[in-house]
Amino acid sequence: MPFEWTVALRFLREGRFQSLLIIGGAAIGVAVVIFITALVNGLQANTIRRVLGTQAHIVIRPTEEVARPQRDAAEGGAVLPRVEARAQRLRSIDQWQPLVAMLDGLPGLTGVSPMVSGPGFAVRGDATKAIAVFGVDPQRYDRIVSLTERLVHGAFRVQANEAVIGKELAQDLGLAVGDRFRLVTSEGAAAVSEAFMVTGIVDLGVRDLNRRSVYIGFRTAQALLSLPGGASQIDLKVTELFGAEALAQDLQARTGLTVESWMRTNEQLLAALRAQTITTTTIRIFVSVIVVLGIASVLVVSVVQKRREIGILRAMGASRGKIQRVFLLQGAVVAVVGSVLGIALALAMVVVFLDVARNADGTPLFELVVTPWLFVGTAVGAIVCGLAAAYAPARRAAGLDPAQAIRI
Amino acid sequence: MGTAASTAVPLLELAGLTKNYGTGTEVETQVLHGLDLVLQPGEFTALIGPSGSGKSTLLNVIGLLEPPTGGSYRLQGRETAQLAEAELTRLRGRTIGFVFQFHHLLPAFTATENVLMPSLVAEGPVTAPRRAAARELLTAVGLADRLDYLPRKLSGGQQQRVAIARALAMSPQLVLADEPTGNLDTHSADDIFALMRRFNRERGTAFLIVTHDPRLAARCDRIVELVDGRIASDRPNPA
Repeated sequence: MPFEWTVALRFLREGRFQSLLIIGGAAIGVAVVIFITALVNGLQANTIRRVLGTQAHIVIRPTEEVARPQRDAAEGGAVLPRVEARAQRLRSIDQWQPLVAMLDGLPGLTGVSPMVSGPGFAVRGDATKAIAVFGVDPQRYDRIVSLTERLVHGAFRVQANEAVIGKELAQDLGLAVGDRFRLVTSEGAAAVSEAFMVTGIVDLGVRDLNRRSVYIGFRTAQALLSLPGGASQIDLKVTELFGAEALAQDLQARTGLTVESWMRTNEQLLAALRAQTITTTTIRIFVSVIVVLGIASVLVVSVVQKRREIGILRAMGASRGKIQRVFLLQGAVVAVVGSVLGIALALAMVVVFLDVARNADGTPLFELVVTPWLFVGTAVGAIVCGLAAAYAPARRAAGLDPAQAIRI
Repeated sequence: MGTAASTAVPLLELAGLTKNYGTGTEVETQVLHGLDLVLQPGEFTALIGPSGSGKSTLLNVIGLLEPPTGGSYRLQGRETAQLAEAELTRLRGRTIGFVFQFHHLLPAFTATENVLMPSLVAEGPVTAPRRAAARELLTAVGLADRLDYLPRKLSGGQQQRVAIARALAMSPQLVLADEPTGNLDTHSADDIFALMRRFNRERGTAFLIVTHDPRLAARCDRIVELVDGRIASDRPNPA
């Protein structure tokens, strides 16, 4: 073993109690950082999954219609001082088929689903409920929001005049699979009314959505909403969740359509997630600082205790650099051993947490996100902290005057 | 001059050497006042003098542990003032061995490991031949049955033997010993002294030994006496 390793390890072994203390401190620091990170990542993933489970990551809509102010060409001034905003009627996205074809070939997307959606009423007997009609291609839509997974009864099948409806709506109208109801829309000049059979009942996890959602076939919806051959929006699912906004802006620039990501439609959620991330980061920084100070203070004491040994080593021909490395190594070794113990401790904490934190029905409250990278990253961080902590003591040790150090 | 030809370059040469402490402050004190001293390879010299006469300071300067304030110090013909810190450190490790009064062994390392330490510093990881040499050296100082003892398990005299073995580990040209027998009983002190003398004869290693003990000084080849930072006498000792 080289000189630095031999002496560093032996010094650590010699100062047994001190070494155990700082290794323990580093281990607890590492464990806390890993556990907190896993906890918050798990919480965030859980929140995002719940919120985005029933949402597309990116929605493409037609550009809003704008009323142009009337201008006098000669003078350049407005002729009419007040411009009333136009009412937005239901329109199709121009050239949506080639757009879908293009999106299908785009990397970073896991789902592309054109949709025709609009308002309507569900009627059964005397009961009338305001609803939203979604005309979808089941295969494509399942990749955006998996209705198949959310089925309570029946199947996700929406051929001609078949419909999948939300749980609460089924209750409100007293519908079961196989029952019939009428859908009424008024997008065209006159109201259109058509009979549908319930093929499936879904639970979207949000009562309001369950009360309003009616899924029917894409083509049926086109006819029902007077949008023949059209698509009112295109839903996208992305692989990189937090890259959605950048992708949306890119698509908006390329297509000229209105493209909105979940990050813009859920700004408050995003702000909450950011606040959580900042909190975790703050905790991590403070834990690191405490660990650094702990290691540093013990090493400073160790340098003072070992003055004479340092003097002897210098007299034997050990350079300042060698002495400095002996103490830097001690910091690094403490960090590495602390990391290994800390990772084990963190895993134990995760196991205990998963066992304790359960829903009433015994399923885990939420999953903790524990990745190998979290361990690697924390260990690397710990080693950097260990070296940083050892820096000042190591400098001090290297700067000792050997003649004085020996005289003591 | 028969043997002088082979030793044309003195082991060390001090000329007008001065050492001040607290330079630039109100309490500046001069400890060494212009010393001239030449040591030849293989010389066995005692450095005597009352407390505070500057013996330890002189030893530190010669041992390259502190730089002189003024004058010239040539070690094996090289002017030490011109050497950088790193070179001085290397030169110290390879040319000079130290034996301190209070043994100053590394308490966390066994006797063998202490003896191996200088070569570990200079040459890197320990090799089997070097380990064998260290054990041989410890056997030579009479510690064949204490090779793997930690210093605290050894008596004062045994610790000092380890220190001597360690000082000789790199086969230095010069061993500086600061009262090596200072805290030993007479019997152990005689043993230690005899050991140094033996290595001096067998290996031709020069020794410069600071001692308070006139009995031991009388057994050296040459006696240099330091009083108030000046060389009061420097005489060969025919005994």
